[in-house]
Amino acid sequence: MSLQELDRSIVHDGGSVSAKADEYLRRSGTAAGGWLSRYGLLIAVLALWQAASTAGWINPAVFPSVGAILSALWTGISGGALLDDIAVSLQRSGTAFAGAVVLAIPLGLLMGQVRSIENALDPVLQLFRQTSALALYPVFILLLGLGEASKVFVIFWATLFPLLLSTISGVKEVDSKLIEMARVYGASRLTVFRRVVLPGAVPSIFVGLRLSATTALLLLIASEMIGANKGIGFQVMNAQYNFQIPLMFAAIFILAGLGLLSNYALVFAQRRLCRWSDASN
Amino acid sequence: MAEVRSLRRGEVALRDLSKSFRINGRPLSVLRNLNLDIRSGECLAIVGASGSGKTTLLRVLAGLETADSGRALIDGRPVTGVGRERAVIFQEPRLLPWLTVLGNVAFGLEVRGEDPGRADERARHYIALVGLADFQDAYPKQLSGGMAQRVGLARALTVQPEILLLDEPLGALDAMTKLTMQQELERIWREENVTMVLVTHDLEEALYLADRVLILPKQKDASPRLIGIDLPRPRDRSEARFVRYRQELLREFGLH
Ligand SMILES: Nc1ncnc2c1ncn2[C@@H]1O[C@H](COP(=O)(O)OP(=O)(O)OP(=O)(O)O)[C@@H](O)[C@H]1O
Ligand SMILES: [Mg+2]
Repeated sequence: MSLQELDRSIVHDGGSVSAKADEYLRRSGTAAGGWLSRYGLLIAVLALWQAASTAGWINPAVFPSVGAILSALWTGISGGALLDDIAVSLQRSGTAFAGAVVLAIPLGLLMGQVRSIENALDPVLQLFRQTSALALYPVFILLLGLGEASKVFVIFWATLFPLLLSTISGVKEVDSKLIEMARVYGASRLTVFRRVVLPGAVPSIFVGLRLSATTALLLLIASEMIGANKGIGFQVMNAQYNFQIPLMFAAIFILAGLGLLSNYALVFAQRRLCRWSDASN
Repeated sequence: MAEVRSLRRGEVALRDLSKSFRINGRPLSVLRNLNLDIRSGECLAIVGASGSGKTTLLRVLAGLETADSGRALIDGRPVTGVGRERAVIFQEPRLLPWLTVLGNVAFGLEVRGEDPGRADERARHYIALVGLADFQDAYPKQLSGGMAQRVGLARALTVQPEILLLDEPLGALDAMTKLTMQQELERIWREENVTMVLVTHDLEEALYLADRVLILPKQKDASPRLIGIDLPRPRDRSEARFVRYRQELLREFGLH
């Protein structure tokens, strides 16, 4: 059966109204099932948390009820205080992430292509990558002061390497047989790069982008724990300090939400750009 | 296009061509003083045991390997690298997974600087020729092995080469698809009037398609043999003369 015949038979099966309704119900049924199997456990954990907290099985001073957290979240957001923190945090990690993207992708493409450049930079790269960004934070503070610059820089530093390394490996893992094929058709070096190497490296670059985005948020918290008076990471520390435990959890929830959101955005972009890599779905 | 085709030549000449590789520091002679003339529009099959240098010879012709000594000439000019008058079909289809069938087939023309609209138009023609008109928007992942191989064939034909170099293009296909593809190759070879150099493991395939069969020996001191296949086309595999040719080839390999 050809693809088209398959298509046509699907259209035919869905032809009558009742068949269409059945199809709709079946589809929404499986969609609901899929949703439940994906988020069921999460909901159960939250429900258990709520029950445990209200029933007093856990200390509500340490684990306030989900309701209390949500209400702290609402007050913070509607009052605008948490929104300010979100904006400041996004600006810090966003600037750092953008800087890493702008540097790491071109550099990685170059290093993956040109052996001599890779050989020259690799030892330095390995050394830097093995040194924890957090360990270097005091050094950055010393050099750049306790303000925005050192915060952005430590995030930038930590996000740079995952992206750089996955870009390099993406370029190197492009099938050399495809490159040879392009050469046989008379493609210049630049054309081979533009039409074969670059698109071939995109999936791996996306892996790097997702790793880096996660790292950016992780480092954000750490950087905001020292010498900050705004930001979600600051809010986590500050609320704990002032014993506003619901607010602390609200800030943690926001962080988790930002992480999920950035990951979804990247996955979405990846699906759009790399439709071919899961073309069978 | 017609006048271009009548001017097209696609003659190949090998003059004392030798090629060796170094494996762990020791030289390995693969091709030794090979002399051969392939006529314009001829279909030459190359057979030989594994490791006899079939792929190496094809890669020298493609301009992907350089000979140690001697020369390979295309239309009288020495081969110094890849060239526009040649197209190669490798054992694997080598399709770009991020391009559709249409994109892959037009790829060869596009990298040669052809206007994308014209490239697509010509690509569509050859996609239809290999029987994939319904699949031009499919991605390589969605194709069967035989279909992918036909996309590779269409891509090579789209650049309208004088010489088509094929390295076991049907080696990975199942028996039925293979027979169909052999028929298709024969038809395309006739219609496109292209010189074809076909490396194959399959003696029947060589006999079905080739005007002459070059047998590369395994021992490098033995000389290659060339057998002309004087049979009307399209050939009938069960015909007595076909069977006799096959026995002759088998004898060349020491089999009866
Ligand atoms: N790039 C290379 N470097 C070193 N040795 C090589 C290289 N390419 C081929 N050879 C050697 O040359 C010999 C001939 O190889 P070739 O690929 O031409 O054989 P073939 O006739 O195509 O075999 P098969 O039928 O298995 O494809 C082999 O012994 C192989 O080891
Ligand atoms: Mg081979």
